[in-house]
Amino acid sequence: MMQALDRIAVAAAALLLLAAPAADAGSPSASRQAELIYRLRQDCGSCHGYTLKGGLGPSLLPTALKGKDDDTLVHVILNGMPGRPMPPWSFEVSRDEAVWLVREMKKGLRDER
Amino acid sequence: MNARRRAVFAWSFGLVLVGLALSLPDQSAATEWRATRGTGDLGLIIERTKGRILIIETTRRTVLKRLGGLGDLSHASAVFSRDQRYAYIFGRDGGLTKVDLVAGRIVKRVIQAGNSIGGAISQDGTLVAVSNYKPGGVRVFDAETLSLVADIPAKGAGGKRSKVVGLVDAPGQRFVFSLYDAGEIWMADFAGGTKPKITRYKGIGTLPYDGLITPDGRMYVAGLFGEDGLAKLDLWHPEKGVMRILAGYGRGERKLPVYKMPHLEGWAAADSKLFLPAVGRHELLVVDARSWKEVARIKVHGQPVFAVARPDGRQVWVNFAHPLNDTLQVIDVATMTIIKEFKPGKAILHMEFTPRGEQVWVSVRDADRVDVYDTRTFKRLTAITAEKPSGIFLSARAHKTGL
Repeated sequence: MMQALDRIAVAAAALLLLAAPAADAGSPSASRQAELIYRLRQDCGSCHGYTLKGGLGPSLLPTALKGKDDDTLVHVILNGMPGRPMPPWSFEVSRDEAVWLVREMKKGLRDER
Repeated sequence: MNARRRAVFAWSFGLVLVGLALSLPDQSAATEWRATRGTGDLGLIIERTKGRILIIETTRRTVLKRLGGLGDLSHASAVFSRDQRYAYIFGRDGGLTKVDLVAGRIVKRVIQAGNSIGGAISQDGTLVAVSNYKPGGVRVFDAETLSLVADIPAKGAGGKRSKVVGLVDAPGQRFVFSLYDAGEIWMADFAGGTKPKITRYKGIGTLPYDGLITPDGRMYVAGLFGEDGLAKLDLWHPEKGVMRILAGYGRGERKLPVYKMPHLEGWAAADSKLFLPAVGRHELLVVDARSWKEVARIKVHGQPVFAVARPDGRQVWVNFAHPLNDTLQVIDVATMTIIKEFKPGKAILHMEFTPRGEQVWVSVRDADRVDVYDTRTFKRLTAITAEKPSGIFLSARAHKTGL
């Protein structure tokens, strides 16, 4: 009986694990999106400017990001750039959130579109 | 009537008096002067996202005026005219705005570059210099008219323009600044007129991120992001060139990623010691102001952004980089220990002391608030509503070299 329950538990856990990435692959929740954009402007803005036009760090406006490889940008957000001031943000930004941020930045932030 | 309404009332009344003074043809300038107020207790708070400043006074601790139309004020800073009547505000968008603090209005505004980071006012108050990221260099303006006086493109090796950081004024009508991309320190001497004499110091270190000058105007120091230590230039002996100090600090230790660059402008000089934010470490470095050797390190809450000494030098107040930016710590200089910790809210961006240090004004960005503390009792005296406040600048800076 115990074994059967354990098996069910394992199966359930496996299902959850399988389900989790699928759920994450979508856009962040609306409140999380707002949080990410706030952080992008206010905290990334320390170096990239509140309007993302650049500062000590480069511009993150659509014209500046045009043609840049999405995977590379996601990698830079998550892992930073060794030897440069850009720090890794993976401690508080997930991969899917970084993918979403890159998409948003390439389109231009909504409140400025 | 609450304090704010009183202030607004007093403000309107003052304006009416100014208006009367201006409308009467035979009134002398003296009438206008009597009708207005002194400026030694004035200051401003940057509302970074709104392109707005709050003109404040620190005697009753009130907002006198909210003044908009200053453009992109992310990372904005200000300097003051020697009569403390005018503030020059440097915006991210290259905007240089001259504000009349008494009349509460913009006198003149120019967009002088595409992207800028800060500025300085000359020893005699006639020149305002702005450090620019784009196009990299320094532009110098007539403080009265804001007309261009000199353009100094910061071209490093290979002729490529560099972003300019750490621009300060120095005695002898000089400006000193650092080239972020090129790793150089330049001194522009305007003693001979509007055509500056430029002295270049090359190879001072990798990625200088900010600079400061000691309150006596003698030592210019640039912080280096790309390597350990700082670059120091003795303006009494500029012929000796730039020396490296604290070269060994942190050698072999792993640096943490930096989520906000430390600022050296507000560095603290107290008890013949200098308190410096350590880059990528949860530490303040304490440096002997004579030997320039490290004498101690103080473990603090996070990576320091500003370490500012109370004007009497007894306390040093420290704020921190994201994500530990909800905390303020106060260090007692005599014992070099942390004697107080506050958690006023998320994103504490700046601290500014009143000239004699009895109050400190603290911007708490995410709480949309500026808190004013009594620095002796640590009691909060008042809180001022400000939308995403960042820098706080008091007019007493007018009489301080490097501020």
